[in-house]
Amino acid sequence: MLLIACPWCGEREELEFHYGGQAHVAHPAEPEGLSDSQWGEYLFVRDNPKGPFAERWSHSAGCRRWFNVVRHTVTHEILAVYPAGQPKPVILP
Amino acid sequence: MTRREPAVTADTLRRSPLGHLAAVFAEHSTPAEPSPAGEPSRAAEPSRAAEPSIAAERCARLREVPFLAQLDLQLEPGGPAAQRIAAALGTPLPTAPNSVAEAGELRVLWLGPQEWLVIGPDGSAPATAALLSAALRGEPGSVVDVSANRTTLELSGRTAREVLAKGCALDLHPRAFGPGDCAQTLLSTVHVILDQIDRTDAGPTYRLLVRGSFAQYLSDWLLDAMEEYRHPPLTP
Repeated sequence: MLLIACPWCGEREELEFHYGGQAHVAHPAEPEGLSDSQWGEYLFVRDNPKGPFAERWSHSAGCRRWFNVVRHTVTHEILAVYPAGQPKPVILP
Repeated sequence: MTRREPAVTADTLRRSPLGHLAAVFAEHSTPAEPSPAGEPSRAAEPSRAAEPSIAAERCARLREVPFLAQLDLQLEPGGPAAQRIAAALGTPLPTAPNSVAEAGELRVLWLGPQEWLVIGPDGSAPATAALLSAALRGEPGSVVDVSANRTTLELSGRTAREVLAKGCALDLHPRAFGPGDCAQTLLSTVHVILDQIDRTDAGPTYRLLVRGSFAQYLSDWLLDAMEEYRHPPLTP
């Protein structure tokens, strides 16, 4: 069980949260100009790093706000929690 | 031939999700009857006479507080509308996460950075909604009557905290959670809004706001969790 620090409610257990996948996946500026494979890439293909990974979480059983978390995919250590819309913090390996 | 129909009004049609369990709640909020036939040796103990008050103190109490008025308020904090609403309510909207402001009969619970739940007595929803809508005055935001969304369970007594601890991961110790604090969390996997309304010598009183469709399950779970405190503690 992870303890995730919601930016608003503080540390709560993982069960209260909903996972939202990779963060910072920008919507294409001109989607009509993309080929099918480029559009498929945007929709479905995500990074799968072994190490720090920026991802979105929602405190669905609490304040229901989305925010971003940098989680180490091997150790599950939570390296940073920051509001949605802010740039990814620099995490030293 | 005329048939006499019972008068059908909004009040006679209105049913709370747990109205049929009022007697069950009352029974489980009192100590269990000592078994008269099964254990004659324990019943004959002289210390038995002193037990009722101890047992009554140990017992947690549960009741439904149905039909509370609940209004969901969404707006940008710190703006002019928030100031007008603070003036109309008589208290500023709480901006600290998971805190409560009291204004007369109303309680204002923080639900999110731009969202509050205004709880009032039964029947006060239209007047309070009109008050808040007038104060909002067309600015971005909303006032929605969500009274039918949830019913309210009131759990109190010296063992109320122990009962909740069986299914809630929050730290409810008085140093971490007291009157004026609220939380949205999971209690035995059910979404609840937890609101501690007081702390007296007789123990804390919690209000649990739960969706109507989960109320039966949650009350069954609470009655089961409360059961051990209806009996004297087991001593080795």
